[in-house]
Amino acid sequence: MHKHSPPSTKRLLKLKLNGRWREDAVSEQELLVDYLRDVTHLTGTKIGCDGGECGACTVLVDGEAVPSCITLAVRCEGRNVETIEALATQGRLSRLQSAFHEKLGTQCGFCTPGMIMAAEALLRSNPTPTDGEIRTALSGNLCRCTGYVKIIESVKAAAGVTS
Amino acid sequence: MSSSLPNFGVAQPGTIAEAVAACVSHPGSRFMAGGTDLLVNMRRGIVSPDFLINLSGIDELTAIAADAQGMTIGAGVTIASLARNAAAVTQYHALAQAAAAIAGPGHRNMATVGGNLCLDTRCVYYNQSEWWRSANAYCLKSRGDTCHVAPQGQRCHAAYAGDLAPALLVLGAEIAIAGPKGRRRIPLSELYVEDGKAHLTLADGELIVAVHLPPGAPASAYSKIRVRGAIDFPLAGVAVALSASDNAIVSLRVALTGTNSWPFLLAGTDPFVGQLIDDKLLHAIDRLVQKQVQPMRTTLASANYRRVAVAALARRLIANLGGTAAA
Repeated sequence: MHKHSPPSTKRLLKLKLNGRWREDAVSEQELLVDYLRDVTHLTGTKIGCDGGECGACTVLVDGEAVPSCITLAVRCEGRNVETIEALATQGRLSRLQSAFHEKLGTQCGFCTPGMIMAAEALLRSNPTPTDGEIRTALSGNLCRCTGYVKIIESVKAAAGVTS
Repeated sequence: MSSSLPNFGVAQPGTIAEAVAACVSHPGSRFMAGGTDLLVNMRRGIVSPDFLINLSGIDELTAIAADAQGMTIGAGVTIASLARNAAAVTQYHALAQAAAAIAGPGHRNMATVGGNLCLDTRCVYYNQSEWWRSANAYCLKSRGDTCHVAPQGQRCHAAYAGDLAPALLVLGAEIAIAGPKGRRRIPLSELYVEDGKAHLTLADGELIVAVHLPPGAPASAYSKIRVRGAIDFPLAGVAVALSASDNAIVSLRVALTGTNSWPFLLAGTDPFVGQLIDDKLLHAIDRLVQKQVQPMRTTLASANYRRVAVAALARRLIANLGGTAAA
């Protein structure tokens, strides 16, 4: 598929993943989403498109929502990466996860990890967002089931601003 | 699953000098800022550099400051931080609006000012998967010998689709460039030429370091049309900087993106100085825009729609900035 490439080189990547520091040997061309799913086996982060269009792969890097399918893993050296698996503690769903469950913000569920991580970034910086701010924060995330209304209601419920 | 990308090496320079040196010592390498355009193109096999120079660890590139001398924006400043920057929001409104209209929030957290200015040109025959392009015998921009948009033409017609460039053009921006021969500073307009295959005038090993804006910016605004309203490249975009007195034009600059292979300032606006902002003037602007834009069949929307729509956007922005209801 691609032209002749030089042999893959690996480097040691040290990052904080879901609260714990870890080190892995990763190829320099490894995408963050492939590292998360294939090396650390955290498969909650989804791959929905061929590059940055759907938001299903959204994770937090230093608290900011980013698409992990167009981020190189080696760029996360020394940084704090959080995935959907970080939210539930000891089997208890987080406030956002509970709200998506209670308000039916999830149908097929494929976009849900990305939606929740994008919403998590929003609520950390803006605990009481308006509808417009929620829509803007989720504007990079595609859902093909819900029509978004239930998702926005879920985020509002989690923020404690149910109308 | 194996990696979606071909093999390549990555350098992580800490200074601009190291970045330039890395580029010189690795022919065929590419600078990578946010990577939000480059990595997508690499995933599709459109470009496949052997070596990437990651600019995200260079502190000098992330400086942003405004004072009486104007505003300086490091090329590594993210689009998200530019969109919420107080000086941009209050003094350089078109710039803040353009930044906020780029892609989605996740992209804006990674994408940079320099990366957006150097955005690759786009075309429906180019931004496709490897199998799609190979089935179509590739195209003039990449590995082929024919431009499918204009088969009789001599050049690639891929459209430039950066959002920041038109805003910066109407605000009179200059850019600082670093390279193997040292540093230089040029008006932003000199960064571009109208060739979809090679639209940047940067020499090998050169990168944009910062953008400089003069103080005392007139009222300005940016607007674009796109297929997917929440997150998309412009089918066409317009920036306007306008100062008016008693509803008459004192100065007017209009810049366009998405319609040609380069972003450009609308020529011939000087005769409008002194004229009232009324239907007659807006009609003349509409004619001028339609005459100078050259949208081709590079997007899913038709070229004629983009021509008419971009002129309407220019009319509306001028009417709104001039405070008149006529549009």
